[in-house]
Amino acid sequence: MKKIWLIAISLCLATTGAAHGKETVRIGLISPLTGDVKTFGESSKNGFLLALEEYGKTGKYTINPIIADDKNDPTEGANSALKLITQDRVVAFIGPLTSKVTIPVSEIATKYRVPMITDAATSPKVTVYNNKRKPYVFRACFIDPFQGRIAATFALKDLKVKTAAILHDVGNDYSRGLAEVFKSTFEQGKGTIIAYESYQKDDVDFSALATKLRSKKPELVFIPDYYNKAGLIARQLREKGVSAILIGTDGWDSPELTKIAGNAIMGSYFTNHYSPERKDKVAQKFIDRYRALHGAVPDALAALTYDATMILLETLDRVAKPDAESITKALSVLKGFHGVTGTISFDKNGDAVKSAVILRVEKDGPRYVTTVNP
Amino acid sequence: MTFLKGARRFLVVSALAYILVKALFLSGAVTEYIQQIVLFSLIVILASLGLNVIYGYTGQFSLGHAAFYGIGAYTSAYLTYLFAIESPLPFIPVLLCGGLVSALTGFLIGVPILRLRDDFLAIATLGFGILVKVLLDNSDRLIEVLGGSRGFVGIPRITNLELVFAVMVFLVLVTRNLIYSKYGLFWQCIKDDELASTAFGIDTTRMKSMAFTHGCFLAGVAGGLYAHLYTFLHPSNFDFLKSVDFLIIVIVGGMGSITGTIVAGLLWVGFIEGLRIALPSGMLELRWVFIPLFLIILMMVRPYGLIAQKESRLLGIDRTP
Amino acid sequence: MELLGYILQQLVNGLQLGAVYALIALGYTMVYGVLRLINFAHGDIFMFGSFVAYYLIAKWQMPLPLVFMITMAATAALGLLVEKVAYKPLRAAPRISLLITAVGVSLFLEYFLSLNALFTPNYIAFPRPFEVVDYDLSLVEITNIQLIIFSVTAASLLLLYLLVYRTRHGRAMRAVSHDHETAALMGINVDATISFTFMIGTALAGIGGILYAFAYPQINVFMGIMPGIKSFIAAVLGGIGLVHGAVLGGIVIGVSEVCVSAFVSSTLRDGVIFVILLLVLLFRPSGFFGKRREKV
Repeated sequence: MKKIWLIAISLCLATTGAAHGKETVRIGLISPLTGDVKTFGESSKNGFLLALEEYGKTGKYTINPIIADDKNDPTEGANSALKLITQDRVVAFIGPLTSKVTIPVSEIATKYRVPMITDAATSPKVTVYNNKRKPYVFRACFIDPFQGRIAATFALKDLKVKTAAILHDVGNDYSRGLAEVFKSTFEQGKGTIIAYESYQKDDVDFSALATKLRSKKPELVFIPDYYNKAGLIARQLREKGVSAILIGTDGWDSPELTKIAGNAIMGSYFTNHYSPERKDKVAQKFIDRYRALHGAVPDALAALTYDATMILLETLDRVAKPDAESITKALSVLKGFHGVTGTISFDKNGDAVKSAVILRVEKDGPRYVTTVNP
Repeated sequence: MTFLKGARRFLVVSALAYILVKALFLSGAVTEYIQQIVLFSLIVILASLGLNVIYGYTGQFSLGHAAFYGIGAYTSAYLTYLFAIESPLPFIPVLLCGGLVSALTGFLIGVPILRLRDDFLAIATLGFGILVKVLLDNSDRLIEVLGGSRGFVGIPRITNLELVFAVMVFLVLVTRNLIYSKYGLFWQCIKDDELASTAFGIDTTRMKSMAFTHGCFLAGVAGGLYAHLYTFLHPSNFDFLKSVDFLIIVIVGGMGSITGTIVAGLLWVGFIEGLRIALPSGMLELRWVFIPLFLIILMMVRPYGLIAQKESRLLGIDRTP
Repeated sequence: MELLGYILQQLVNGLQLGAVYALIALGYTMVYGVLRLINFAHGDIFMFGSFVAYYLIAKWQMPLPLVFMITMAATAALGLLVEKVAYKPLRAAPRISLLITAVGVSLFLEYFLSLNALFTPNYIAFPRPFEVVDYDLSLVEITNIQLIIFSVTAASLLLLYLLVYRTRHGRAMRAVSHDHETAALMGINVDATISFTFMIGTALAGIGGILYAFAYPQINVFMGIMPGIKSFIAAVLGGIGLVHGAVLGGIVIGVSEVCVSAFVSSTLRDGVIFVILLLVLLFRPSGFFGKRREKV
C-alpha cells in the first residue's frame, strides 16, 4: 500500500517539475583564456557570464554555457569550434575575438551551418571571403577598413602630421589589414608613409627596426597590434630615441599595456569600440554591475562580448524554435539593438554599423578624446 | 603477385577493420568529431611509419620529420586549389605529387646532411625543420593563397575513410616489401654498425638516402591526407612539437616494428585526443607535462621501444614476401 | 656620414644581441665538451634565470648585485639537478637516448613551469630596476642597458677564461673533455668535474637570462626556445667545445640577425640563422676555430 503512495507522489512531483522546467539550450563561447592576449579572454568571459546571469532572470530558456579556450591560436580555435559544434552540439556560439582565429573558425561554422557572433574580430575576411558572404557569421563590432580609416584621418586632421611609419605583424590578418587601410587612407589624404615595416609574432628584438625609424624620423608611428607587442615595441622605440606620436587600434585596450610600456606609451592614442565614460543608461548599468562584480571598469572586450551575447539571447527568445536556422534568419535582419557599445544593426554582410571612439593613454587609464561616426 | 605475397593475413585484418569502423561510422554511434580523430590517427600512423623507416630501421635520427609532413600538406592543398579538385579520384595523383615533392626535398637535403654523425644530424634536421616553418610562415609572399602565418583556409574536404584505408594498406605493403628485401637488410646493418657495413661493401650513402627519401615520401602523403581532412593548414601545425609526436610513436611502438608503430599510433592519438575530451580545459596543459616525463623514463628503461622490439604476428605484417 | 653612423648603430644593436647569445653558447659548448651531449634544455634554464630575476626584482626589490648572484646560484642548481637526475643515469647509454632525454627535459621544463600554479604561460612585463639613459657618442648612441650587457659579458668571459686556463678545476675540465678514462686514470674525479662544468655553464645562462630580460623586458615560459637554438648554432659556428668559438659564434649570429632585420626584412631573421647552420654543417662542421675532426 505504502509503495503505491510513494510512486504516486513521486510521479506527481516529477510531472509538476517538468511543467515548470525550462528547455535547455547550449551556447558556446570561444575565447583566448590563456596565451598572449589573455586579458581579452578574461574580460570577454566576464562579459559573457554577466549577460547570461541577467538573461537567466527573465529569459525563456535555461542556458547551458560551454566555454572553450582558443589560446589565440588558429589551430586551437578550429579544434575548439569543431568540438563545440559536433561534440557539444551548441546551437550557436560567441567569439572568437581575434581575427586570425576567427577566420578559420568562421569557415567551420559556415560548413556546419551554426550561427556565430564574433565579439571583437575586426577583419573583413571573417564575414566575407573571396567575395562570398558567409551566411552564418555575424559580428558585433566595426570592421578594420573603418577602423584603419579613422585612425589615418585622425592622424591627418586632428594631429596634423604629414609623415608616418607603419609597423605591423605580417602573420596576423588584423594587423595587416589595418596597416594596408591606414596606408591607403593616409596617402589619399596627401600624407607620406616613409616606412612600412613588418615583423613576426614571436619577435622580441626591435632594436634594428627602432634604429631604422630613428634615422627616418617619421612624425607618427602606427602600431596596429595587440597590447603586449605594442607595449614592447613602444618601449624599444623610445629607447632608441624615436620621438614620434604613437597611434594604435583596439588591440591596445588592456591594463597590461601601461604595465609593459610604462612611460613610453603615455600620451599615445588608439581607436576603440567604446569608452567607459560614455553617458548612456544601458552602458552605465552594465559598467556599474561589472564594477561591483569584478572590481574594475569593463574594457571594450567585456562590453562587446556582453553585447554580442545579449543580441544572441534576445534573438533566441524572439524566435519560435531555438534552432540554428531560425536564429540565423532572425540575426540577419537585426536592426537598432541598444547595446553597451552603441546602437548595433547588422548590414548585408552581418557586420555591425556603429561608431568608434579615440582614446588617449594616460596614467590612470585611457581618456576619451572624440567619437567618429560611420 | 609477388607484391601481395604473404600478405593474406594482413589484408584480411585490414578488411575486417575497415568493415568494423565503417559500420561504426554509419550507425551514428560515434560523433563526427570522433570520426575525424580516427582518420587522424591513421594519418599520423602513416607519417610515423616514415620516421620508423628513417630512424627505427636505419638509425638516422631525424628531428625535422614534421617539415616533410608539412611540405606534402601544403603542396597537395595548393594543387587541389590550382586544379579545383573536389573528389577522391582526381585527388590521388595530387596526393602522390605531395608525397613526391616531400621525397625529393628529403633526397636533396639528405645528400649533405646524412653524412653527419647522430647528434649533428639531429641538429641539422631540427634546423631544417625550423627553416621550413619560417618558409611556410612567409609563404604568402610568393603565393598569396598559401596564407603564410595567417593560415591556408578553404581546402576541400576530400579525405574519407575509404581513401585513408586504401592508401595506408597500399603503402604499408610497399614498406613491408622494402623492409624484407635486401634494402631493408642493409638498412638494419647500417643501424647496427655503419662502419662495419661499409667494410662489407654496402653503399651506405645510397642506402641511407633511400631510407630517408622513402620516409619523407610517406610523411608527404600523410600530410596531403591531413590537409584535406582538417581543411585548414597553419605553419604552427608542423613545428618541432609535431616531430616529437612522431618520434614518441616510433619509440613507444618499437624501433624496427611496423606493427608496433600502428598500435602505438592508435594508442597515442587516442590517448591525446581522448584527454582533450575527458579533461576539463584547465587541466589540458598537464598533458605536455607528463608526455616528456614519460619520454625520459622510457629512455631510461626501454630505449629501443616499448610495445614491440621486432615484428609481431598480430597484424600479419611479419610474413616475408 | 649619416650612413656610417646608421650602420655602426645597427652593429651595436647586433652586439647587444650577440653578447647574450655568446653567454648562452658558452654553456652549450662547455657541456658538449665534457659530455658530447647537446643539452637541449639549456635554453629553458636561460628562461628560468629570467623568471628568477623577475621574482627577485618585482616581489622583493633586491639590489642588482644580489639579483645576479642569487639567479646564478639558482640556475646552477637547476643545471646540477638536471644533470644528476636525467643525464647521469644514461652516461653509458647510446647517444641518441641521451639526446631524446634532453629533448624530454626541455619540454618538461617548459610545460611544467607554464602551469598556472607556477610561472603561468602568460607574457609578463619584466620590471627594469633603472631608467634607460642614452649616451651620445656623436657617431652612435649607446644606452646604459647596452653598456651593462657589454661589461657584464666581458667580465664573465674574463673570469671564465681565467677559470678554464689558469686553475686546477679548469685543467680538469679540459682533461675530461679530451678523454674520460685517461682523465680518471690521472686521478681526476670525472663525475665531479662534469657536474662542475654543468653548473658553470648554467650559471652563465642565468646571467644571459637577466641581461636579455633587461634588453627585451617581456618574459614568457617559451622564450628560451629560439635563443637556445640560435646560441647552439653559434657554438657550432665557432667550433663546438671551444670557449672562444662560442664567443665568436654568438657575436656573428647576433650581428647577422640584426643586419638581416635592418637591411633585408625582419621576417627573415630566423631563416637566415638556419641557412648559416646548414652551410656550416656542410662545409666546415668543426666550426671556425675547430680542428678538422671526423664527423661521421
